Amino acid sequence: MSEPNENDVVAEVRAWLTANWNPELSLIEWRSKLADTGWGMPHWPKQWHGRGLPVRMLSSINDEFVSVGAVGAAATGPRILASVTLLEHASDAVKQRFLRRIVTGEDGWCQLFSEPGSGSDLAGATTRADFDGTQWIVNGQKVWNTSAHHADYGLLVARTDWDAPKHQGLTYFVLDMRQPGVQVLPLKQMNGHASFNQVFFTDAKIPADWIVGTKNNGWAVAMTTLAHERRPAVGVAGVSGEGRTGRAYAEARIESEIANEPYKWYPQRAGRVDLVVPRAKKTGAWTDPVIRQEIAKLLTMARCTNWMARRAAAAQRIGKPQGPEGSLGKLAGSNIARQASHVHTLITGAESMLTGSDGPLDGIIAEILVSVPATSIAGGTDEIQRNIIGERVLGLPKDPRSDAGPFRDIPRNV
Amino acid sequence: MEFAFTDEQDQFRAVVRRFLSDKSPTTEVRRLMDTPDGFDPDVWRQLAADLVLTGIHIPESYGGAGFGPVELCIAMEEQGRALLCAPYFSSCVLAAGAIMHAAEDDQKSNLLPAIASGQTRAAFAVTEPNGHWDATGIQAIATRTASGWLIDGEKSYVIDGCSAQQLIVVARAAGSAGNAGLSFFVVDPGAAGVTRTALATMDATRKQAKITFSRAPAELLGQAGAGAEPLSRTLDHAAVALANEMVGGAQALLDSAVAYANIRVQFGRAIGSFQAIKHKCADMLLDVELAKSAAYYAAQAAAEGDPQTPGLASMAKAAAADAYMRAAANTIQIHGGIGFTWDNDTHLWFKRAKSSEVLLGDPNHHRELMLQRLEG
Repeated sequence: MSEPNENDVVAEVRAWLTANWNPELSLIEWRSKLADTGWGMPHWPKQWHGRGLPVRMLSSINDEFVSVGAVGAAATGPRILASVTLLEHASDAVKQRFLRRIVTGEDGWCQLFSEPGSGSDLAGATTRADFDGTQWIVNGQKVWNTSAHHADYGLLVARTDWDAPKHQGLTYFVLDMRQPGVQVLPLKQMNGHASFNQVFFTDAKIPADWIVGTKNNGWAVAMTTLAHERRPAVGVAGVSGEGRTGRAYAEARIESEIANEPYKWYPQRAGRVDLVVPRAKKTGAWTDPVIRQEIAKLLTMARCTNWMARRAAAAQRIGKPQGPEGSLGKLAGSNIARQASHVHTLITGAESMLTGSDGPLDGIIAEILVSVPATSIAGGTDEIQRNIIGERVLGLPKDPRSDAGPFRDIPRNV
Repeated sequence: MEFAFTDEQDQFRAVVRRFLSDKSPTTEVRRLMDTPDGFDPDVWRQLAADLVLTGIHIPESYGGAGFGPVELCIAMEEQGRALLCAPYFSSCVLAAGAIMHAAEDDQKSNLLPAIASGQTRAAFAVTEPNGHWDATGIQAIATRTASGWLIDGEKSYVIDGCSAQQLIVVARAAGSAGNAGLSFFVVDPGAAGVTRTALATMDATRKQAKITFSRAPAELLGQAGAGAEPLSRTLDHAAVALANEMVGGAQALLDSAVAYANIRVQFGRAIGSFQAIKHKCADMLLDVELAKSAAYYAAQAAAEGDPQTPGLASMAKAAAADAYMRAAANTIQIHGGIGFTWDNDTHLWFKRAKSSEVLLGDPNHHRELMLQRLEG
């Protein structure tokens, strides 16, 4: 089948937007049109609310949305993880039931992977799903679940075979979050925010056919979700509701406020390198030769990391095989955050002891100091990153495993 | 700024690497480091004639190959990797750089072709026993007399100073200080009043000399008293080249550490399977890749004439020095006892790393310069 011409596609979407975009529609009304025509997720298959277009055309299609001021599809954040996983692994019945409402934003989603007893070792999950003859019964606990308190559905990885080796006894489910057996509680972090939840299951129920993939093949399905966690192929985003008048814009503003709330402290988590030089100049720390050395080390790390990412991108652009520079950014980011936190402390001096409105920059500096420890843990600890770099990039041998054999015999947290 | 090397640059690198792996195995490095001049004249001739490396960055109008700082830095990185014993950095980078930055056009036409062809090996005599790597350290005095310029003073840490056939010297007018009164000169090392003494260098692969000048006749390069700016540019460009040499050496160390971690067995398993070793290697890789990014970016900036080049040069030099030294220390550690022996090759790179760490200014010096230059 020959690929459609990009100019034709752009002309088509422009004509369609001109005829259909109306800011006074409700978001659901508007996104229903996107789901019907496939313009919200144009790279999805035609039978599943897309147009089967190549991913590279998304950006010019999005440009047309931006130029008429149209809002895009709802499929961002956890919804994207849900949709890519369902598209790749779910039955038609499951796709039928959920995909459209992902595009329209009628349903919120969350990920239910990490557990108190299995963080880095995700495959060591002990939340159990048992089939009672008609449905699955779920018991256990998940943690670090962003947006679970707003979610209608969860992507659940649970153990369905305790006699199989640990990676082979997991099944991937869709779970209805709005049921009595599911309790969602906020998890307060050391920086005072509660961006994540803990989710408790007490005889929670899942219909027999809400399995994604096949029974006991959940690890492979989870890998699909995780692969997209780093580089999500979002759909057409369109414009935000900021500074615009109209019903759809107003609803989009509320939607994005709710979606962004958990991430407010993320810039502080990365160390806020941007604040260092201006504050050093303002406070007088700029003339301290010892502090200057530490600032220079920080700026060197930050700039080199940026250049390293650009080297990787440039090499990819001209079709060179990926070098090691593409795998190191996460670890580099941890080092930058830690050094930034150290430098902020040197610059801030005694005021480093103060927080909230008593602290510098209305508490932002304090928030940096108590948020940075998350950087080297979230999304893969530094130690796991070093294992990956050592084994996959440098080709060093793996650690001998002590978790082979039936899962029920493997030592685990109590 | 574009960051990927072109296919042509990759091919150039491959040619240089092949040549050096053939001509500069560590058996040769060990042989040459025990000789007074520290290089093999045959290899030098081939480097010049077959690979045209000696004039790679020198304009064609002055007898060079007409490439720029990026190609020069590829050549330097590969030499650092192979630990080549040759007067390349002294003659082609430092001395040729000094001439290109300081001399008048006719002087460049007179001097550069012989350096570009490898026929003349020149050395750059700038630093003095005080060990300062900028104008403030220069105390040698140049005096204009009826019969020409005469130089008095003492230079030290002059790379390949004993074997060089030509000296480029920086000296100042009597009574001047700081950036004022500095001039560049060409001095014939065989002239009366020039005394050269070899220094015992910890890194035997890179020779150094102390040179005293006593009413030594000199020929002025460029304008008298206008030497500060070309001096600073010469040293900045040399720092970029040296940073690239250093990341090449650091990569060689990392490769050797990883190879050893894969074959060395203790407690019934390859030591690279222990996280204590594996994580050290991962951290080395990150160090080396970050330093490479700085070194490549600075080379590209120099090629484009970016006004930020001085600050980027300092950043690259500091980053490469730290990465190289950490890689050297870690590589010895990963090798364990054998890594501390003379027969194991690691110390050859360790010593190059140590001398490169302070050559042209140590990391603290360059970090301070970098802040002044990039952040005001």
